[in-house]
Amino acid sequence: MKKNKELEAIKKEFTAYKEMYVPDGLTTEEQLKMYSTMVLIRKFEESVKPLWMANKVHGYYHPYITLEAIGVGIISHLRLADYIGSTHRGHGHVIAKGGDVNRMMAELFGKDEGYNRGRGGSMHIADMSVGMLGATGIVGAAVAPAVGSALRSWIKRTDDVTVVFFGDGGANAGSISESMNMAAAWKLPVVFVCENNQWAIATDIARVTGEHDLYKRGIGFGIPSYQVDGFNIYDMWETSKKAIERARAGEGPTFIEAKTLRLLGHHATDDNWYRDMTVVEKYWQIEPIKRMADFMLENDIITEEQLRKIEEEAIKKVEAAIEYADTQCSEPSLDSFYDFVYTDGEIIE
Amino acid sequence: MAIITLRESITQAMREELARDENVFIMGCDVGLRGNPFGITKGLMKEFGERRVIDTPISEAAFTGLGVGAAIVGMRPLVEILYADFLTLAMDNIVNTAAKTSYMFGGQANVPIVIRAPFGVGGGVAAQHSQNNENWFVHVPGLKVITPSTPYDMKGMLKSAIRDNSPVICFEHKRNYSIKGEVPEGEYTIPLGKAAIRREGKDVTIVTYSYMTYVSEEAAKELEKEGISIEIIDLRSLLPLDYDTVMASIAKTNRVVVVTEAPLRGSIAGEIVGEIVTRGFDLLDAPPQRVGSKNTPIPYNENLERLCTPKKEDIIAAVRKTLE
Repeated sequence: MKKNKELEAIKKEFTAYKEMYVPDGLTTEEQLKMYSTMVLIRKFEESVKPLWMANKVHGYYHPYITLEAIGVGIISHLRLADYIGSTHRGHGHVIAKGGDVNRMMAELFGKDEGYNRGRGGSMHIADMSVGMLGATGIVGAAVAPAVGSALRSWIKRTDDVTVVFFGDGGANAGSISESMNMAAAWKLPVVFVCENNQWAIATDIARVTGEHDLYKRGIGFGIPSYQVDGFNIYDMWETSKKAIERARAGEGPTFIEAKTLRLLGHHATDDNWYRDMTVVEKYWQIEPIKRMADFMLENDIITEEQLRKIEEEAIKKVEAAIEYADTQCSEPSLDSFYDFVYTDGEIIE
Repeated sequence: MAIITLRESITQAMREELARDENVFIMGCDVGLRGNPFGITKGLMKEFGERRVIDTPISEAAFTGLGVGAAIVGMRPLVEILYADFLTLAMDNIVNTAAKTSYMFGGQANVPIVIRAPFGVGGGVAAQHSQNNENWFVHVPGLKVITPSTPYDMKGMLKSAIRDNSPVICFEHKRNYSIKGEVPEGEYTIPLGKAAIRREGKDVTIVTYSYMTYVSEEAAKELEKEGISIEIIDLRSLLPLDYDTVMASIAKTNRVVVVTEAPLRGSIAGEIVGEIVTRGFDLLDAPPQRVGSKNTPIPYNENLERLCTPKKEDIIAAVRKTLE
């Protein structure tokens, strides 16, 4: 009873809320695959905080927990040759694009076998082999370079597509507006995905933004723009499909505002002291993984047994990644200190 | 050998590289239809098409970022910033992304971008179109900074910069654009990070770069009349910087003056003197001298502008100090 009441309250205040349905063209197999990817992201992210507390991982770490439907919903339309640009909250994007959890975990441990050879860590995680152009520690800064990746496709007249993620905080960085303008002017094959979790660390979007529906910014640049329910993977998948097809056909960019709400702290140890968390609590019942699982059970798309198996497999993969990073990887050699500052082995001290 | 202007040497380098490598492209404000304010890219859009020579909106921050991203996925962008003063707008993409990506990604990606930026004082274009901000970029690990001052150097070094896999900023002094010099027909490149000895001498070494090389030559000619023999080193590249050539010269002259057009406070002249003292204190017979602009924005008024930047008299006075 309480649950229903809460859901009614969510529907009233969370205007992007949309009921779930299976969109045309989405197979059961694809749904299971997306669900498995979301669960793997969740299990990976849940494992990092204890590692941080145990001093195995250090620095800043921003979990993708409860945003899984956004990254997975759009990236599932991409090919290996397509690119994504990421945010400081990039682990989920790496996994969704087909990255390797072992190498990502090794990077968080600062190991030489990590994606970035221990030079980058969580905030700069990148996997060029799957077209993941890198997380960034400068909010909003990945957008212009990602549009540059789309510029390459335009110059070369290839049909690959770039998807770039940023948040409501990043949306207020000027170079994003400049990039949207150029993407629109030249019809670049890029999809802008604004993960609007309504909080820029401790600053509520309502305190710093005049128009809270951020998709309207896209319209101002002449870009087809949509707002989707960021907790609803079916909604994200369906809108993304149109956007990716449009980009691939050379018809230009799309702006998707994936509206959500940050249910956790900004980073691993942020306790949200500056927010009224009683308002937030009820949203856990529409968090994307549980919501998709419930929907699939109700519609006989999946069984309890399958759900259990997917979860067990994800846990196993993450445990193996931790084992790999902790026991099978090595520290970067101190002799390699100057490596990668310049290219082709050139050292300038 | 043909005699051409430095401006033409840039055009030649870019045209040859556009033709040689389909990954090379140019972007910037007014680089296409107008052919840039100095005519440097004139005709290239017609020759290579609107997707290889791209007119951008006035969005330095983002179009530099687009260039950086295109470079990460394998292109070789030539991004033009109308005046080096406007580099401030693109700073984040240059410093935080272009310079750091190869390192942060553990070598997974390179950023083979070249950013061309006309800089320097002259012509009464005042505080926001005259700046010498090359110093700032020398402080950023991961970048290369070049300042070729002759048509021959410019062509050969710009071609090397385009082929280099690290990000390079090419500072072009506006007063050098009309300077003429011999440029060989056909293909040649000049490695980045090698200084050139412009004038051989035995009494005092002048270490300088870009337009100040020419002002230093005027000073050297004056001093020669008095029998003072000056050796002039044109650094050509500030990062990497060729200290081997600098120190070899000082080993011979035991006296050094470092000349920059940048405001002296916090400039590379201090850094160079510091390095010289560390490497070869015992070689020096006199305290090293620095010459630079006064620490003000660049004035509009002609007399004030002249007062601001180093003239041959300032260089001569500094040389004399080393001989006291």
